[in-house]
Amino acid sequence: MHESSLLASAQQTILTPAEIQQSDIDRLMGELCTSAIDAADIYFQSMRYESWLLEDGIVKEGSFNIEQGAGVRAISGEKTGFAYTDELNVAALLEATRSARAIARSGQQQSLKVCTPVQVDSLYTTEDPLLSLPTEQKIAFLERLDKQTRALDPRIEQVMISLIAVHDTIIIARDDGLVRGDIRPLIRMNISVIIEQNGRRETGGHGGGARTDYSYLLEQDRAMSYAREALRQADIAMQAESAPAGNMTVVLGPGWPGILLHEAIGHGLEGDFNRKGTSAFSNRLGEKVASPLCTIVDDGTLKNRRGSLNIDDEGTPTESTVLIEQGILKGYMQDTMNARLMGMRPTGNGRRESYAHRPMPRMTNTYMLAGESDPDDIISSVKSGLYARNFGGGQVDITSGKFVFSANEAYLIENGKITRPVKGATLIGNGPDVLTRVSMVGNDLELDSGVGTCGKEGQSVPVGVGQPTLKIDGLTVGGTQV
Amino acid sequence: MITTEQNTRRISNQSDRQQQLDTLKNIVADTLVEAQQQGATASEAEISKSSGFSVSSRLGEVETIEHDRNQGLSVTVYIGQQKGNASTTDLSPKAIKETVSAACAIARYATKDPYSGLPDADQLAKQPPELDLCHPWLIEPQQAIEITLECENAALNVDPAISNSEGASLNTHSGVQVIGNSHGFIEGYWNSRHSLSCCVIAERDHAMQRDYWYSVARDQTNLENVQSIGKQAARRALRRLGSRSLSPRQCPVLFVPEVARSLIGHFSSAISGGNLYRKNTFLLDSLEQPVFPDFVHIHQQPHLPKGLGSAPFDAEGVLTQTRDIVSNGVVRSYLLSSYTARKLGMQTTGNAGGIFNLIVEPGQQNYDQLVNTMQTGFIVLELIGQGLNKITGDYSRGAAGLWVENGCIVHPVEEVTIAGNLKDMFQGISAIGNDVDNNSNIRTGSILIKNMTLAGN
Repeated sequence: MHESSLLASAQQTILTPAEIQQSDIDRLMGELCTSAIDAADIYFQSMRYESWLLEDGIVKEGSFNIEQGAGVRAISGEKTGFAYTDELNVAALLEATRSARAIARSGQQQSLKVCTPVQVDSLYTTEDPLLSLPTEQKIAFLERLDKQTRALDPRIEQVMISLIAVHDTIIIARDDGLVRGDIRPLIRMNISVIIEQNGRRETGGHGGGARTDYSYLLEQDRAMSYAREALRQADIAMQAESAPAGNMTVVLGPGWPGILLHEAIGHGLEGDFNRKGTSAFSNRLGEKVASPLCTIVDDGTLKNRRGSLNIDDEGTPTESTVLIEQGILKGYMQDTMNARLMGMRPTGNGRRESYAHRPMPRMTNTYMLAGESDPDDIISSVKSGLYARNFGGGQVDITSGKFVFSANEAYLIENGKITRPVKGATLIGNGPDVLTRVSMVGNDLELDSGVGTCGKEGQSVPVGVGQPTLKIDGLTVGGTQV
Repeated sequence: MITTEQNTRRISNQSDRQQQLDTLKNIVADTLVEAQQQGATASEAEISKSSGFSVSSRLGEVETIEHDRNQGLSVTVYIGQQKGNASTTDLSPKAIKETVSAACAIARYATKDPYSGLPDADQLAKQPPELDLCHPWLIEPQQAIEITLECENAALNVDPAISNSEGASLNTHSGVQVIGNSHGFIEGYWNSRHSLSCCVIAERDHAMQRDYWYSVARDQTNLENVQSIGKQAARRALRRLGSRSLSPRQCPVLFVPEVARSLIGHFSSAISGGNLYRKNTFLLDSLEQPVFPDFVHIHQQPHLPKGLGSAPFDAEGVLTQTRDIVSNGVVRSYLLSSYTARKLGMQTTGNAGGIFNLIVEPGQQNYDQLVNTMQTGFIVLELIGQGLNKITGDYSRGAAGLWVENGCIVHPVEEVTIAGNLKDMFQGISAIGNDVDNNSNIRTGSILIKNMTLAGN
């Protein structure tokens, strides 16, 4: 579907029932621009969300929510005024507009500019995923998955499955005359199992999702493959011994371990921190921050991916932004405000959790391109170290550059072979130099299965990560065995 | 020029607040009637509404002004033992009808759950205690900006090494919560929350360290002094300059109150009903078992006037209760909702939705005495990452702090992990300080643990 028809559909969903006309938006924009502002926008949103939860063998809970409203923002230099309303009518919007514009001193009125729409093919379906399966089939799917999972292993004590679908419709109107719409589907399924053996209990979990409809989970035995993976992880955990403590060679598996990139360098390359000079990567464009084997991009244009968007939440089309090219720091991720203040170009990374939140520079899908090494050769090159295959979450202090990510499936590497599984442990390192110690990059690039959620300043947005198998010569592993 | 946030004005008046509460109670009552008419055999409705604003300043200039107005209605219906839930931000009669209808549609498809249902009528807070939770701050955004400027300025002037700033911010919000169910129960209460925080960056030899400080209170007169928040943020950032890692070792670890409360949070999560009936906890069957040394006592005190975690009733309308959670190191009570209690064959403890002021009884020693007691070990000032396996209690997190030898701080530490198992860590508590931090729903002093594994480079 093309840009103009996306906008028309979005207007039909949000503005028509609220009886808001384009002339009303023009009037609001006129009110916003009576102050000395550099930029302004109004973000309309209507989101339908459902979730189902199976536990103890039964579909215990279901929930359905509608959220709609509009956020109004006025920017003057480095100052932002923001207000929102969950009532979609002109009076409420006018009140929000007056609150938002108070950030700027009164001054010259801005003239409205005209912007021509661009032609982009949508990266995802516009159909409502909530309606992609009749309710009784959603229930039957969950119950069947539970039964088939329990049949895999008699040690299974508990199976928990969650199923979520979102249909998000947005419109962005900007002071430069740009008006764009987007319709964003998102589905996600997670399964976790608890197994018990000789009085010891362990858990494992897996899941996946995409910007598509429920049929994705039914294709290619996908849901059941998540269940088998959850069980496999629980089983490995059951055999795990204490993890080592100290600095050692670490090999990270492909796919989801890419949260290394998200934490170690991704956040530090977001425009706001670099404009303020608070990132450990500030003023380092053009410098070597990684080994020449590393090329890292943030790409919001991948079809159907969880982190992808046709346009960001400021109306800028998403793109593939090279962050690090052969070890050299090439670019930051920008929203319009930080791009303008830094004299750079917006990169389609201006995102917000909802109409009730301010946009800021955020990641989309962040991953490292494939290298040339065979993953088996990477393992066999390690005399003694850790192979970390799966992770929970991570976190970073962008100012000191210190980051962590928590392995929940890891093995010792002894004399070039993967040997015993070890318990989960946190890995800690320093963002600006961890990638300088990457000595081998696999040829097995994998993206994650579509489960990532990134939190920043209290706002959550869906993201993706990915990487090939990586060898890092020295990372601190936080186990208990000294 | 900054305009007035009308809504703050509107709720500042006691009789207006009562009137709004009555209006929302009527909407809840109408929702419950609607649910019954659409075939629900029992139902529960909750409305929450809040408004306020936040401002932030950075490097002497205002940076953001944000106005918030939230409202939401959540409806849970039961058709026999089948449950459905739906929510909306639109409180019009038409939207309520549609929301109830969505909840009923889900309930018709959900599986029968013999344990589902409302709490028993006699457990509901029919006469909820008045807890003095609402103290709107009659302040204009412009005055709030002045406060943040003063706060940040105090931080920036502490030392020339304070080189940059993330700014200072002030938040002020007031709101109301109303819960009703088809037992004929409808109650609600107003509450407020104000906070002031500051975050600055110290720099030396091209290495930057960031730290913050904040204060939060129901009544703005209970907030910490504006300048002392800024100065504290600066001192905290400065003391991290020159941080380095440590080689792997076993050593005692002292958690300062701001991070010690996360340990108590892990404990309360491990004895909460949802994790117990799912067997997703390392403290299964821990009732009446010694989990801590015998000098550890933890109480829940939900009715502290102006308390940050105070509430007259829980998320189901059940009267909250003052009770011993741990006495003499032994677990005396789980934390249960009516559903999790039925699953476990017990009675609800009025903890649907969480805990309400968990108080760890302070010990005799202050912070300096604890550092001296530890002699040689690691003081944790900050924890990062998740790193907890809830089912085994295995614990491994990133940390920053201070290295102590012979009772004296030797140097700041970063890029290390601390690891152990929470069961051992709880049993290994050797002292609790009297330096209690009141900025939270969990109030504890510093906690000294005999031995953990520290890893670094």
